[in-house]
Amino acid sequence: MTDAGPSVVPTGDLTQALVDTDIWSEQHLFDAGIPIADAPMISVGGGIGSFALVDHLRICGVGTESLRVLTPLSTPWESFAYLTRVSQVPIGARLRSDSSACPDNIWGFPSYAIREAVGAESVRGLLAPLWQVLTEPLLGEHYTPRVGQVLDAMARESRRIRYPEMVATGQVRMVRRREAGGYFTILTTPEWTPTAKRIAFRSAYVHLAVGYAGLKFLPELQAYRESTRNSSRVVNAYEPHEHVYDQLRRRPGTVMVRGSGIVASRVLQRLIDERNTHGLQTRVVHIFGTYVSGSQGPRFLRRRGGDGFAYQAFDDPKSVWGGQLRDQARNTEGAERTLFYDSLGGTSTPYRQHWQTLLGTARAQGWYSTVVGEVEALDAGADDLITARIQSRDSVLMAEASFVIDCTGLESDIGEQRILADLLQHTGARRNPLGRLDVEPSFEVRGTRSGRGRLYASGAATHGGYLPGVDTFLGLQIAAQEIGDDLAAEGLCRRLNLVRSAREWFRWATNTVI
Amino acid sequence: MTSSLAGRMQTRVLLFAVIGGIWTALVTPILPTRLPLGRSYELSFTVLALIIVLGLLWELLYHLLQQYRWDKDWPTALSLLAGVPEGTLIWLLLGTGTWLWDLPVTARGYWLLFGSVWFVVWVVLSGPIRVLLVRRRWRGGRLFG
Repeated sequence: MTDAGPSVVPTGDLTQALVDTDIWSEQHLFDAGIPIADAPMISVGGGIGSFALVDHLRICGVGTESLRVLTPLSTPWESFAYLTRVSQVPIGARLRSDSSACPDNIWGFPSYAIREAVGAESVRGLLAPLWQVLTEPLLGEHYTPRVGQVLDAMARESRRIRYPEMVATGQVRMVRRREAGGYFTILTTPEWTPTAKRIAFRSAYVHLAVGYAGLKFLPELQAYRESTRNSSRVVNAYEPHEHVYDQLRRRPGTVMVRGSGIVASRVLQRLIDERNTHGLQTRVVHIFGTYVSGSQGPRFLRRRGGDGFAYQAFDDPKSVWGGQLRDQARNTEGAERTLFYDSLGGTSTPYRQHWQTLLGTARAQGWYSTVVGEVEALDAGADDLITARIQSRDSVLMAEASFVIDCTGLESDIGEQRILADLLQHTGARRNPLGRLDVEPSFEVRGTRSGRGRLYASGAATHGGYLPGVDTFLGLQIAAQEIGDDLAAEGLCRRLNLVRSAREWFRWATNTVI
Repeated sequence: MTSSLAGRMQTRVLLFAVIGGIWTALVTPILPTRLPLGRSYELSFTVLALIIVLGLLWELLYHLLQQYRWDKDWPTALSLLAGVPEGTLIWLLLGTGTWLWDLPVTARGYWLLFGSVWFVVWVVLSGPIRVLLVRRRWRGGRLFG
C-alpha cells in the first residue's frame, strides 16, 4: 500500500507507474507487489555472451551465489546451435572460427586443432589438424573446428564452473536504475513455475548479452509474405527451411539465392549437394547486390575476391581481435569510427577449395547463374512461381523462381529488442556511430551508471564500438575479460594475474570443478 | 598471431631473454662446441644476445611485410621459418670473427643451440604464453602499454 494517494492492490505485475518511472526504489516494487531477489552480478541473455562472462568471473574467483544468469534458454549454446543448424551448418561441419577461439577456454590453449589431434584415432587424424594449423593460411585454408567439438567443449566447461546453478529461467522485461545505486532487473518467470510472475533482481552490476533483436526481413520479402500470406516460398536462411530442399526433391525448380556471405555459401553447398546426391534438376539464380570480380583495395588494404564474392577467412580481418586493427578502432570516435568500419569491407565468405570446385562445376554445367542488382519486388506468378523484378545497373530484369532464400543477414535494429529499447528510453543509454549500443572500451554502457553500480553489454548489440568483431567467440571473450578487469578494479573479483591464470588453467586442464 | 610493432618488440625481448635464457643455460653444457664451459657460455649467450638485438631490426621488416596482408596477421609458420634467415645472418656474422665475438664456433654447436632456442621460444609463443600472459593476445602482443 502506498502512503499517499488512492490505495493500489499489489498484483505482482508491472504497473503503469513503474513503467513510467525511470529510477525505481524498493517502495515502488513493494507497491506493485513484485518480490525482490539479490545477487551482486546479473547477466541477462544466457547465450554464449553470458557464458563467456560467467566463465571469466568464475575463474577470477566469483562464487556461484554472486552470479545470476537470467535467460529463457536451457543451455548457453541453444541459440547458437539452432542458428548454425538452420543456416546449413550440421553438427559435423566446420565453423568459420579460428582454432584458438575457444568459448570453453579463456586462454585459447590448447587450441581446437591440438585437441582434435590429441583425440584422433588414426595417425592421419593426428597429423592433419596439426599440419593444417601450422601451415595456415600459407599452404592451405585455415583450420576451423567442427560444431560438435565446440558444443561438447562448452558443455564440459559449463559443468566445471557449475553454470546451471546460476541460471534463473525466464524472460527479462527491463533493467532500471535503482534510487540507492545499482539496478533492478525484471524477470518474467515461466508460467509453469510456482514462483511469482515477476521477480525484481537487485544487483550492483548488470551485464546484457541479448544477441540479435531478430531476423532482418527485407521489405520486398516481407511484402511478398503479407500479400500472398505464404511464408514457405520466400524464406530467410536463418529460418527453418528444410521444406525447400524437400520440395525440390519432389519437383524440380529454380532457387533464387540472395547474399554473398558465409550463409549464402552454405546454402549453395546444400543445394548443390542435394542436386548431386539425389540427381535433381535444381537451377540456381544467385543475386549479388555487389559483385566482386577480383581482389579489391589499395596495396595495404587489399582483400581477395572473385566470382562475385569477397574472400576473408573469418568474420573480420584477423587483427581486429587483438592486433593492429583493434588498436586503430580503439582510437576512433564518431564519423571516423564509421569510416574505419567501412574500411573493413562488407560481407565476405572464406575461400574454400571445396566450394570453389562445386560452384565451378555448376557454372560449367550451366545451372548456376548470377545476376547483379537489387531486388525491387517479389510477386506471385503462375504455377506457384515467384517473379522478381531486379534493378540492375541500367536495366530492369525479371526472373522467375520456385523459392527465394535470403542470406543477407541476421541483423535488425536494437530498438526492436525490448530490453534495449527500454534502456534507450529510460536508462540513459545512447547509440554509437553505427546505431548500436554505445559502450566504453570496458563495455560499460555509456550514460547508464547508477551510483556505484555499472551496466555492461557485449555481443551483437554493441557492434560499432571500440572493438570490432564483437559478435564472435573471441569478441565475446575479449568483452568478458575487459568487463572482468573493470569489476576487479571495483572489488567484485580478483584480477586475473599470472599466478591465478596459471593455476586456473591447470584446473581447466584437469577438469576440476570450481 | 596479430602483433603490433610494439608487441613484436616486447615479445621478442621477453621471450628470448626469459625462455631463451633458461634454455640456453640448461643446454650449453652439452653443446658440442669443443670449448671450455666458460667459453661455451660466452658463445651461447652472445648468440642469444644477437638474436634479441638483431631481432629488433628483423621485427621492423616483418612488421612492414605484415602491412601487405589484409588480415594484418602473421601466420605461425612465418614465425617458425624466420629462424632460417635470422640464424644464417648470425652464423655469417660469427664467421667474420670480428667485433665482440672472437669465438671459434662449430657449425654443429651453433645450429643445435640456435635451432633449439628458436624452436622452444616458438612453441611457447604458439600457445603456453597465453596461459601466463592472458591479456597479451588481445593487445597486439604487448606486455606493457
